[in-house]
Amino acid sequence: MNDSTDARHEHKRELIIFTVAEQSFCMDIMQVREIRGWTTVTVLPHAPGYVLGVVNLRGAVVPIVDLAARLGLPPLKPEARHVILVTQIADQVVGFFVTAVSDILSVPPSSIQPMPDMSGAETSEYIEGLIVVEDTTISILNAAAAAPAIALSGTA
Amino acid sequence: MATLDEIRQVFFVECDEQLETLTDGLGELHPEADAGEVSETINAMFRAVHSIKGGAASFGLDALTSFAHAFESVLDDLRLGHISVSSELVREFYRASDHLADLVTGGGTGAETDEAILNQMISSILAMGIDKSNEPDSSEMSPESFGFQPIMLDFPGVEPSEEAYQIKFSPTRALYDLGHEPVHLFRELASMGDLETEAILPELQENDGLMSWRLRLVTTAAPQELWDVFDFVGELAAISVDVEDANRSDPEPDPDGPPDSTSVDDNSVDKDEKPSTPEVSRKAPPQKTTLRVDLDLVDSLINLVGELVINQSVLAQSVAETQFSEATRIDQALEELKTLSRQIQEGVMNLRAQSVKPLFQRMARIVRETADIAGKNVILTTEGESTEVDRTVVEHLVDPLTHILRNSIDHGIEDAQTRKGRGKPLEGHLRLSAVHRSGRVFIDISDDGGGVNRERVLSKAVEKGLVSPDATLSPADIDRLLFTPGFSTAEAVTNLSGRGVGMDVVNREIQKLGGRISITSEPGAGTTISISLPLTLAVLDGMVVDVAGQTLVIPISAIVETIRPEEAKLSHVGPRSKMVNVRDVLIPIIELSDVFSFGNSNRPPTERVLLLVETENQALTAFAVDRIYDQRQVVIKSLENNYGRVPGIAAATILGDGKIALIVDPDEITSNPANSHDTSSVGVKKKALS
Repeated sequence: MNDSTDARHEHKRELIIFTVAEQSFCMDIMQVREIRGWTTVTVLPHAPGYVLGVVNLRGAVVPIVDLAARLGLPPLKPEARHVILVTQIADQVVGFFVTAVSDILSVPPSSIQPMPDMSGAETSEYIEGLIVVEDTTISILNAAAAAPAIALSGTA
Repeated sequence: MATLDEIRQVFFVECDEQLETLTDGLGELHPEADAGEVSETINAMFRAVHSIKGGAASFGLDALTSFAHAFESVLDDLRLGHISVSSELVREFYRASDHLADLVTGGGTGAETDEAILNQMISSILAMGIDKSNEPDSSEMSPESFGFQPIMLDFPGVEPSEEAYQIKFSPTRALYDLGHEPVHLFRELASMGDLETEAILPELQENDGLMSWRLRLVTTAAPQELWDVFDFVGELAAISVDVEDANRSDPEPDPDGPPDSTSVDDNSVDKDEKPSTPEVSRKAPPQKTTLRVDLDLVDSLINLVGELVINQSVLAQSVAETQFSEATRIDQALEELKTLSRQIQEGVMNLRAQSVKPLFQRMARIVRETADIAGKNVILTTEGESTEVDRTVVEHLVDPLTHILRNSIDHGIEDAQTRKGRGKPLEGHLRLSAVHRSGRVFIDISDDGGGVNRERVLSKAVEKGLVSPDATLSPADIDRLLFTPGFSTAEAVTNLSGRGVGMDVVNREIQKLGGRISITSEPGAGTTISISLPLTLAVLDGMVVDVAGQTLVIPISAIVETIRPEEAKLSHVGPRSKMVNVRDVLIPIIELSDVFSFGNSNRPPTERVLLLVETENQALTAFAVDRIYDQRQVVIKSLENNYGRVPGIAAATILGDGKIALIVDPDEITSNPANSHDTSSVGVKKKALS
């Protein structure tokens, strides 16, 4: 870490932009471990509807979340062109199933706007802020909130 | 990184090793022991305690230092022949080594050491030595009185004596028919010492025209070890093993005709891998060189190798699907890759393996303490200490074994009075043994106590409503009641076996490890509890099945039987509950597709398969599946790291095609009444049991 790089990136946040059911979302690129094509999942019994199942990621068992369903949008019908964003949230590895990844954006934190208070909106708890780029509003996903909570007890 | 801390860490690890040596030595010390024989043992014990003292002093661990010093000085007296081995001394040594172990543990965790107890222990151990100033704080003792010499020791006569054996080996035709090869046996013998072989050509017609051998082996090994080599061919050959007389009189004169002398190729002998004979004899233990490795490193290696194996099978499967023109060459290479990766996997798994010795030593201490409290005289013998098991298995065995041993001493072994009346030796005998058999490890705990009091067990079970009063149970059934949840036989709650938690807890613990427990008991003669366990927790033998299009793995350890039911054997109760009649016993059927909401199976009932599983409460349940694919060893992968617990699912695994399959937890499924779907079936289940 030297000072010059620090200065250049000090105020910038790098975000990866993706679409889910026609809407644009993004998340911090540091959270994304890799992007993978769609593979068949193994269905998990008693799982909430937005958990599609689990896949094998180099020997680790990784749950896949249908982000559209999680955000209260109509569930995505899996197709080969769709992708999985494999994210690392604290110790948990979770794959988010999205329509497509479109871009990587570097934005100063000042351009991030808080989510307006929209009581009752199902989506809002998973959105940590908004940015407006060329007249498009992009929601920043709160990946930690959208990931399935680790259930330790056996009760569904 | 604080290096001092690291060194300290190493010191404590070494302490554990020294304590192990000490306990080993104690096991060999008994009053009748030949002085020459135990001199090396005593020296080893002395050195062990001395090293602990030295290390402790340099870390300023005063309590440990002064106690080790006291212990050491008494060992020194013994070593120099000032005092002799007595049973009282051995008992005191045991107490002292336990205390030393406590101090080490206490020092490791920084626990305060009680000075009064320490001083008392010091004076009681010092009392065993020859009379010198009985000063508790012996570290202040003037060095000239009985100072310990620097550890320059010569051990006269401790070289294990070599013996020359004459072995005659005449194999029969059957030996060759079964694929045995004498040369392998000879190699194994050659690895034990100096081997001379001499082939004896048969006379025509004699011995089916087969060759015999006369062997001369000079070795330190015991005759039993020689016989062990021939273990598998004992009935397929005429074998004699004789100790050669000092004057070398040939026990069997040469048959006529000059024998064609041949010798096993020396090179091949030397290069040959070490024979898989069980641990070498206890005398002169070979110095094993070990390497300390961080457990996390080993685990990540195990994970990587697991992936390698999966990857290899994914590769093999895709090659099989793609039709290459050069398929044979690829197949060959793949086959080699498969063998190699399996070998690597086995090797890496062995890294986690640990001998049960520390566990057994810990149990020996528990036996001593329990016997003291119970006021009974108990002798524990252990066998198969070198048996290796995954360290997680070893760790999880501590509580169950403790419980079983305490039970045996508390309830099994009678008091001296009763034993006398029954014509048994006054001291009770406990045997703890471990052995590898067919990919599992078997641990037996047997006592020579009174056996299970079946009348009392039965009346208790009836009283607790566990069995109906008019039920007829075989003796074995009654013994097994001990494992039923909520059963405890102790009439009085003693402070030994605790209250409430009985053998059912032990049973559950063992089952969690993928193991099984059984009990055999002979009234008046004793009880044996046998535990069989998988060698590792990282893999599991499973049956790969299809349930409504989903692939599941059921642990083989739970499956008793698989059946394809005839239509007539199936009966319906209510809208959804089904039962199957197996040899006139009605067994409730659980549809796995219902349990996991996988949708309905489209296979006709008669084409489906029922897996009879035995669960915690020893009841049988039938799991309905669509088809059995395969039976194989699967690598266990946690679901909990990234997702969490799934009801009815124990873990996940990765199959040959790279897909994940879920491993079913049969106990959880059967113990959850919701899985019977129809309330009426719960009642049916009970009825089928009684």
